[in-house]
Amino acid sequence: MSFLEVLYFIIPTSIAYAAPLIFTAIGGVFSERSGVVNIGLEGLMVMGAFVGIVFNLAFVNVFGGWTPWIALLAAMLVAAIFSIMHAVASVSFRADQVVSGVAINMLGIAIALFSVKLMFGKGQTDFIQQKIPRINVPILQDIPIIGPMFFKSLYGTSVLAIALAFVAWFVIYKTPFGLRLRSVGEHPMAADTMGINVAKIRYAAVIISGGLAGIGGAIYSQTMTGDFGHATINGQGFMALAAMIFGKWHPIGALGAALFFGFAQTLAISAGSIDIDFIQKIPAVYFHILPYVLTILALAGFIGKANAPKANGVPYIKGSR
Amino acid sequence: MSNRVVSLLVPVISIILGLLVGAIVMLFSGYDPVNGYIALWNGIFGDSYAIGETIRQISPYILAGLAVAFAFRTGLFNIGVEGQLMVGWFAAVYVGAAFELPMIIHLPITLLAAALAGAIWGLVPGILKATLRVHEVIVTIMMNYVALHVVNALIKTVSGGSYKTEKIQPTASLRSDFLSNLTDYSTLHYGIFVALAMVIVMWFILEKTKTGFELKSVGFNENASQYAGMNVKKNIVLSMVISGAFAGLAGAMEGLGTFGSMTSQGGFTGIGFDGIAVALLGANTPLGVIFGASLFGSLKYGANNMPNAANIPLEIVSIVVALIIFFVASGYIIRVGLQRLNKKKEAK
Repeated sequence: MSFLEVLYFIIPTSIAYAAPLIFTAIGGVFSERSGVVNIGLEGLMVMGAFVGIVFNLAFVNVFGGWTPWIALLAAMLVAAIFSIMHAVASVSFRADQVVSGVAINMLGIAIALFSVKLMFGKGQTDFIQQKIPRINVPILQDIPIIGPMFFKSLYGTSVLAIALAFVAWFVIYKTPFGLRLRSVGEHPMAADTMGINVAKIRYAAVIISGGLAGIGGAIYSQTMTGDFGHATINGQGFMALAAMIFGKWHPIGALGAALFFGFAQTLAISAGSIDIDFIQKIPAVYFHILPYVLTILALAGFIGKANAPKANGVPYIKGSR
Repeated sequence: MSNRVVSLLVPVISIILGLLVGAIVMLFSGYDPVNGYIALWNGIFGDSYAIGETIRQISPYILAGLAVAFAFRTGLFNIGVEGQLMVGWFAAVYVGAAFELPMIIHLPITLLAAALAGAIWGLVPGILKATLRVHEVIVTIMMNYVALHVVNALIKTVSGGSYKTEKIQPTASLRSDFLSNLTDYSTLHYGIFVALAMVIVMWFILEKTKTGFELKSVGFNENASQYAGMNVKKNIVLSMVISGAFAGLAGAMEGLGTFGSMTSQGGFTGIGFDGIAVALLGANTPLGVIFGASLFGSLKYGANNMPNAANIPLEIVSIVVALIIFFVASGYIIRVGLQRLNKKKEAK
């Protein structure tokens, strides 16, 4: 492959890998900005991936070409409901939010696999017929160089994901709800004195994160794998968590980090087949661990200062100081 | 009700609630929960083979539980037991296969290698926490994935492109013909004694040494400890290192006892995450960890009998385990419930 051809392959694939990460990471931004640590993103994503595939298989005859899109909504709904468990535990029951998140992760994969065995009698689902389609944007795809990179064989979900990042930025920084969300995450007692219902905002934030992580999972299963089994998600949720931190708890930052991690994942799977000498010489393991190592470095302050919301992970108990 | 009784009741109620919800799930999925739990019971205690395998399963659970509990006592959440276990497993298998030594030297060195590998994997988040105040939860999660990919790459390298390492030398093996014969040829090995010895080690460090006192003190209040002249940073690093060493030994259980080699891993073993449950249920005490590990180890192994004997997917047990963690974590609400109950009684 020539250098340009390599780019024509790598860039669309990177964006495709990034889309589920963007959705999930921005979900994480909502939750953590409100002060609820959400390690459970992985389990919520698993739930979304599972519901997406099952809905797609069950209703493909009813909805035809629209099936994968409606499946995304179904996944969003179920994962949002599932995330209420995390909200109840961490907001109302004052549970350790990390432990509750770990429980959500274990429960998500357990429920999904249990249901798969119940429905299909085997460890993974059938393959779906209607994946999320790739589209070629008319006119724009004819632009030299940029066209084949960004506008050919593009997933509609990737466009949605990038748009979501800007919508999330607007919601968090430009609306009253966003201001309340951030204030609840920084100083819940001050927010409470100003008449903001801390518990309500936190519930809303966790449920939003559940819905977005559900969409993320359903995008992953309906673009990348086409079926659901125990290894379908396998760490994507934690990578989204990493993207959220690497993006410094900011929607646009998370977008950038997710795109970069998508790029690293693409290199990891395709480094061997790229005909550029120095890339071929790098063992794939370095690309595999790159997102995680970078996140550690970012946290350590080597890549700018990353400040978590002040009240992140602290249950708010009315009346105590 | 005294505080002590409530502290004991919370895990017990959580277990009962977990099993109850599990039964409801089975009922709604069209399975017979009574049959299911009988199959689970038989899978754990049914015959001497099952008992042997259950004890074998409990050994790494004890060590994983100790790892989480030890860090907890210093106020640290080591969610990276999974990764530390994996590097420990690999180190044990590598040293176990690469050298030819008499058993009396080889086995201790191999165990030490596993502990050391785990300790190094715990050292990184420890240092970052102590010097730069980086939250250990995120770093250890990231270290898990680094471990997963690095270990898989190492397996490929040392085995010359294969997905499985060589078998370890018999001089490094924890396998025991005696224990195996005793339990109808199960894979029960001497690892359980290593695990129990480590329980005593943890108890000794925490309760009988100055270091242990400092570690616990830092866990209670960093500022007070600092003011009292303790080196908080050193204690944080030390706690993560010891925790990692326990986790590394848990990996050695799998490498030297159960499997005798290491296969390329598609995902995590789950033992490390279950270790969180074990520690939580055992209230982070050495003795509690034995109980927690016995419960979760038994559930995990006994579950294997459920698909055959009762035709129920074994994931039901994972659901139950996750629910138990969830309920223990939500202990606040159980406490409130118990107090209300108590007040009503007193009012009468």
